[in-house]
Amino acid sequence: MAILSQTEAQDILKKVLSYSTSDECEATLNGSISGNVRSARNTISTAGTADNVSLAVQSRFGKRSGVATCNEFDEASLRRCVQRAEEIAKLAPESPEYVPFLGPQKYLASPASFAQRTADITPDYRAQQIGASMALCEAKKLSSAAFFSDSSGFVAKRNTKGLEAYQRLTNLDFTITVRTPDGTGSGYAIANFSDLAKFDAARLTRVAADKAASSVKARAIEPGKYTVILEPAAAVEMLSNMMRSMDARNADEGRSFLSKKGGGNRKGDKLFDERVTIYSDPTNAEIPDLTFSGDGRAQQKVTWIEKGVVKNLYSSQFWAQKSGSPDIPPPGGWIMEGGTQSTADLIKGTAKGILVTRLWYIRAVDPQTLLYTGLTRDGTFYIENGQIKFPVKNFRFNESPVIMLNNLEAVGKPVRLGGNLVPPLKIRDFTFTSLSDAV
Amino acid sequence: MKRRDFVGLTGLGAGALFLPSLPGFGHTPVDPARLLEPGADVIVKKRLADAAMNAAKTAGATYADVRIGRSLNQYVFTREKQVQNIVSTESYGVGIRVLVDGCWGFASTSVVTEASLAATASAAVDIAKANRLVMKVPVQLAAQQGYGEVSWKTPIQQSAFEVPIKQKVDLLLAANAAALDAGANYINSGLFQVNEQKYFASTDGSYIDQDVHRLWPTFNATAVDTKSGKFRSRESLSAPVGLGFEYLTPNAAEQVRGPLGTDTVGYKLRYDMLADAALAGKQAKAKLTMKSVTPGKYDLVLDPAHLGLTIHESVGHPTELDRVLGYEANYAGTSFATLEWKAKNLPYGSKEVNIVADKLQPGSVGNVGYDDEGVKTREWDIIKEGKLVNYQKIRDQAHIVGQKESDGCAYAQSWEDVQFQRMPNISLRPGKAKMSVDDMIKGVDKGIYIAGAGSFSIDQQRFNFQFGGQLFFAIEKGKITEPLEDVAYQSNTQEFWGACAGSCDQSDYRLFGTFFDGKGQPAQVSSVSHGSATTRFNGVNVINTARKV
Repeated sequence: MAILSQTEAQDILKKVLSYSTSDECEATLNGSISGNVRSARNTISTAGTADNVSLAVQSRFGKRSGVATCNEFDEASLRRCVQRAEEIAKLAPESPEYVPFLGPQKYLASPASFAQRTADITPDYRAQQIGASMALCEAKKLSSAAFFSDSSGFVAKRNTKGLEAYQRLTNLDFTITVRTPDGTGSGYAIANFSDLAKFDAARLTRVAADKAASSVKARAIEPGKYTVILEPAAAVEMLSNMMRSMDARNADEGRSFLSKKGGGNRKGDKLFDERVTIYSDPTNAEIPDLTFSGDGRAQQKVTWIEKGVVKNLYSSQFWAQKSGSPDIPPPGGWIMEGGTQSTADLIKGTAKGILVTRLWYIRAVDPQTLLYTGLTRDGTFYIENGQIKFPVKNFRFNESPVIMLNNLEAVGKPVRLGGNLVPPLKIRDFTFTSLSDAV
Repeated sequence: MKRRDFVGLTGLGAGALFLPSLPGFGHTPVDPARLLEPGADVIVKKRLADAAMNAAKTAGATYADVRIGRSLNQYVFTREKQVQNIVSTESYGVGIRVLVDGCWGFASTSVVTEASLAATASAAVDIAKANRLVMKVPVQLAAQQGYGEVSWKTPIQQSAFEVPIKQKVDLLLAANAAALDAGANYINSGLFQVNEQKYFASTDGSYIDQDVHRLWPTFNATAVDTKSGKFRSRESLSAPVGLGFEYLTPNAAEQVRGPLGTDTVGYKLRYDMLADAALAGKQAKAKLTMKSVTPGKYDLVLDPAHLGLTIHESVGHPTELDRVLGYEANYAGTSFATLEWKAKNLPYGSKEVNIVADKLQPGSVGNVGYDDEGVKTREWDIIKEGKLVNYQKIRDQAHIVGQKESDGCAYAQSWEDVQFQRMPNISLRPGKAKMSVDDMIKGVDKGIYIAGAGSFSIDQQRFNFQFGGQLFFAIEKGKITEPLEDVAYQSNTQEFWGACAGSCDQSDYRLFGTFFDGKGQPAQVSSVSHGSATTRFNGVNVINTARKV
């Protein structure tokens, strides 16, 4: 089924709501067309497409709520879907955390979230891009494994309280790992865009290939505390993990790194270096995002951390009302402010340190301190006097983003990764606890 | 269900409390009564599959398989005294995989008609043809006999979908109350019920109808000390199982008492959720004031509910042939246990280490009759007396190691995803000599007993790992002395298995499991069990994970 226009989508939703006999009804249409191709050992291993549109109807009688969905759009199917949601609602227990549906909302515009060029990608185009990337690696006698996936879709929402929302989105992701034939060198590159125009598979392939070739014969150096330069691909998950832990309810209940001794949360406390500012903005041209959340709340520009001080926590509508805290939904992507320096500039300014291409298998060790463990991967290098001197063996780390962002030495220029804008970070006393033989 | 949906649904993940965002599920929520309705008749499914296979062959495919899948799931989530969400979902559709001139193509559709399946088969052929332009090595499929029309069903006593929702809610709320009464301040609990109705047909002549059931009751109890700002959690010691609702009927014969001095209980094929929740509440509270471990070398005595995860990461993944060959290089990683490494006949572990792969163990979540390529499942050795003897394979990999047939390890998380090599159950055989966990601890001078799985991380070639746990107890001079906190061990796969000093006997054997083993791009999850008896590892490096922020 094609991507529905705003009028087509809202016409279906209006029809759905007209069948409702419940106290409140909300309908959401969600559709996407996606395609992907995967390669390894310089050949394509899998490729596929998927096409899905579904309607979800949530009906409520008092504090009882039921949901049903369907993916057929004739009148009888839509009617059945509403009836089923209502039947389920009548059987459901009352929710003590019931919050009425929202009325009309004002949403920001974020037109860059949809790019026709991305929506027009074909299987041939995907195969050509992967093919060109493989050819580059073959010419250098290197082995590549890559994944290219893209999607275009829309979300539309409407309810009996007058809420109406619609937005189209496109996304493409490309990752590539290039290895030397003897398995002693490995490099990685990643890109994520809304608009195909910004994508350059050849450039990314060259980055990964260069890293693979220059990471052979890695030397073992003692684990311990080092100054590190985390490339954006290394910094993104540690920062995302922290951003996902900024829920007000968990903090207020005493089970978060943002819980305060004696009760309450740490909003207003300075927890990080004053150069740390993180905000979200669904209209940012680099990371255009949905301007409404799953429950219909408007996504606005929100500052989460400003000059090291915790400024906002996100919350469910229920918890915001119960605790009197601001009613802010969790963000989609986030933006960490940075400077103008590239990763290369940060290397130039480093007397002794370690360059980390990416971190891998990051898992929470202690939610109390946000301590995470994981490993470096696909290109770890020793820096001396502003230059990369030699590749080093991978390390296991045990570190908390909270400690990292206190030990900040420098922040570089942010780049888009996973729908976020992430700068390279130079951090002192990053804790490596053991060595790994993995390449 | 996909992993991100799990996190979003349960509220077990930090901050993931936004449950009403149902359209993101990938599965269709339905009336619970619908879960009891039979799916399409096999006669209808055979006709649809034949239409798809004929269209694929006409378009140029030399091989095609068609998977008509109906996934039924029900999840019940609660916290403290209230129900958070009850979700019943259904997903129905068809995935078609074709081989054209040695290239794979795949397409799927939720429109299950003969015309739609023919169009989808043709789309799969188009994708294979697009890829042909950059193909280097054509796919070689191991020969597979057609089984004709056959069927298989998980041996369950009572389908979880037949149990009234109220009974499930009451059980979870009673478990919550038990934990809260015993000292927890918060508890999230959930019950996952899965029924995969899978119909597989291939141009080899198989028409396989399977009815697969899985169940997982779980919780996470948290105790908070507001004064100090400290909080600690203890998760359920249950396992995901290939059983019906009977798993939740406690049975003393299926329980294993933990070592003297620990108060812990392990579970085999029946689980006592109320007793475990009460114990968890007590233990979560006690964790707030437990002694922090002194780092150093310890002999570890690892309970099966803990060791299963270490087996999964350090033996299960490195012996997947797709990782060994480099097919996962860009995502899950490769493996140290390459074909060259294996040829050197180096030790993977001590002589005590005997590891077996299977998809046959009753009660395991890997248990099926046939895999998603229509291969009958089996059992085979992976490690014998410490030496690597075999890998896990599917049809297009068997020839690479000179094997004539697949091991039956193909799996796709749903009809809309392509099948690929996934881990079967990978289990450590128990010791042959009679030994209880108390006997084992008697021989340990300085050690730590660990129960339950906690934090886990391993590198992309499966050398260096770090594991936490749920419960830790100091062992001194052959006796459990006191509980500990902040424990994690770091080791290297060969070093760790080389330090294996033996396992308890069959009477201690239990299954650990996971519903959410992730691999592939786009990422897919699969369910896998790992059996073992309590096992001892000598001289392992233990670190202290406490920090100040």
